[in-house]
Amino acid sequence: MLDSLLSLGGLVLLRDSVEWEGRSLLKALVKKSALCGEQVHILGCEVSEEEFREGFDSDINNRLVYHDFFRDPLNWSKTEEALPGGPLGALRAICKRTDPGPVTIALDSLSWLLLHLPCTTLCQALHAVSHQDSCPGDSSPVGKVSVLGLLHEELHGPGPVGALSSLAQTEVTLGGRKGQASAHILCRRPRQRPTDQTQWFSILPDFSLDLQEGPSVESQPCSDPHIPPVDPTTHLTFNLHLSKKEREARDSLILPFQFSSEKQQALLRPRPGQATSHIFYEPDAYDDLDQEDPDDDLDI
Amino acid sequence: MGVSLYTTFSPSTSKGVNLTVARERGQLVFLEGLKSAVDVFFQTQEEPHPLQFLREANAGNLKPLFEFVREALKPVDGGEARWTYPVLLVDDLSVLLSLGVGAVAVLDFIHYCRATVCWELKGNMVILVHDSGDVEDEENDILLNGVSHQSHLILRAEGLATGFCRDVHGQLRILWRRPSQPTAQRDQSLTYQYKIQDKSVSFFAKGMSPAVL
Repeated sequence: MLDSLLSLGGLVLLRDSVEWEGRSLLKALVKKSALCGEQVHILGCEVSEEEFREGFDSDINNRLVYHDFFRDPLNWSKTEEALPGGPLGALRAICKRTDPGPVTIALDSLSWLLLHLPCTTLCQALHAVSHQDSCPGDSSPVGKVSVLGLLHEELHGPGPVGALSSLAQTEVTLGGRKGQASAHILCRRPRQRPTDQTQWFSILPDFSLDLQEGPSVESQPCSDPHIPPVDPTTHLTFNLHLSKKEREARDSLILPFQFSSEKQQALLRPRPGQATSHIFYEPDAYDDLDQEDPDDDLDI
Repeated sequence: MGVSLYTTFSPSTSKGVNLTVARERGQLVFLEGLKSAVDVFFQTQEEPHPLQFLREANAGNLKPLFEFVREALKPVDGGEARWTYPVLLVDDLSVLLSLGVGAVAVLDFIHYCRATVCWELKGNMVILVHDSGDVEDEENDILLNGVSHQSHLILRAEGLATGFCRDVHGQLRILWRRPSQPTAQRDQSLTYQYKIQDKSVSFFAKGMSPAVL
């Protein structure tokens, strides 16, 4: 499923962390798009163009259009080189293209955009971009737009992350165990139930995706076949076991407050010879038996 | 060349490197934050001072500090640079947060330093950030994680889980974040324990301190 992420279109959110970085997966997906003949645009805010293109061979690099927001994103050098409109302006310009082919836009990274732009502005722009094919009044047929956004989870609160997550058609959360990376993929297709799947993978030096089975189970240190499991009920000074007769007696025991049908019948049917109950009393030597009723003078 | 903030410059030497001589030769550029901060308040400045943000009510950005770094790295007299591959040492970023600068402004400063030092001049940067640990500090967490995401190598120094020890001062966890290394190890992180000595640090594998073997 990991290699067909871009076929659905829309926004694909790549959530990474400090421990499990996501840029190599982003580059692998970019390479896949380029090999499929799609037009690929990169909005690079976090790394330089050289660093992003590193590892790609020349025919892939020729298909990538890199919009550089790394060198001077805040226009501190006050030169004319700064791209007008900032990253969002570039994003809108890409979408206004007249070329009808499919296009992939990689945002490196969404976290940078979220830290520097209001969340609502960013969400509106992303919504407009990823739902472009349903735009009314546009005579020219526009191709499928896929947006790959790299998001560093730890930098943002649950509000902005939740907002971006609700905009995304696919969410890939990176994790891993024992040096092997995994991607938890949550896919939301229209009019269908969301599906999720965990895929173990590794990225080869040329940024091709290598799908793998999970880390081997034998590498777990806890189960050692040479040491038999210890039974804690042996060598005790008291008996924890029941014999067969004891077990039968225990199973046939009726609990005193359990209301069964036999008990119900016994209560309903009064037993003969027990209409009244008798109390048998043997007085002691010190007892003072007065036959008068002390409550006689009460006028009730 | 190096720029180090907020430590007092004492002419102590590390093994084989004389920092005083380096400073005189122009190889080491030292911004002494404490002294400089006093200058901002008590001396009139014509051009913006690197620590200009201390005077401003809302410290917007650290552009003057970045301009200072860029000026320090420019070759003298517009000629060839005498020193190659600069190193920028920042000690430490958490102090900037406590002086009122926002986490995003500090991250932008580091971004611009990276663009100049690492990309333009092919140098390296070493940044010290304190982890707030158990204390909930949202701004410091954003700064720490933001700088971690911008880094290629993270060294996490922490105390031993078992407490204080005279012979083992702490544990260092090394995390590589650089993708696309053809010789990338399967284990992207390593942990060593260390002991700080007079002029150096000795490292050993966990549990292998010479004192306990």
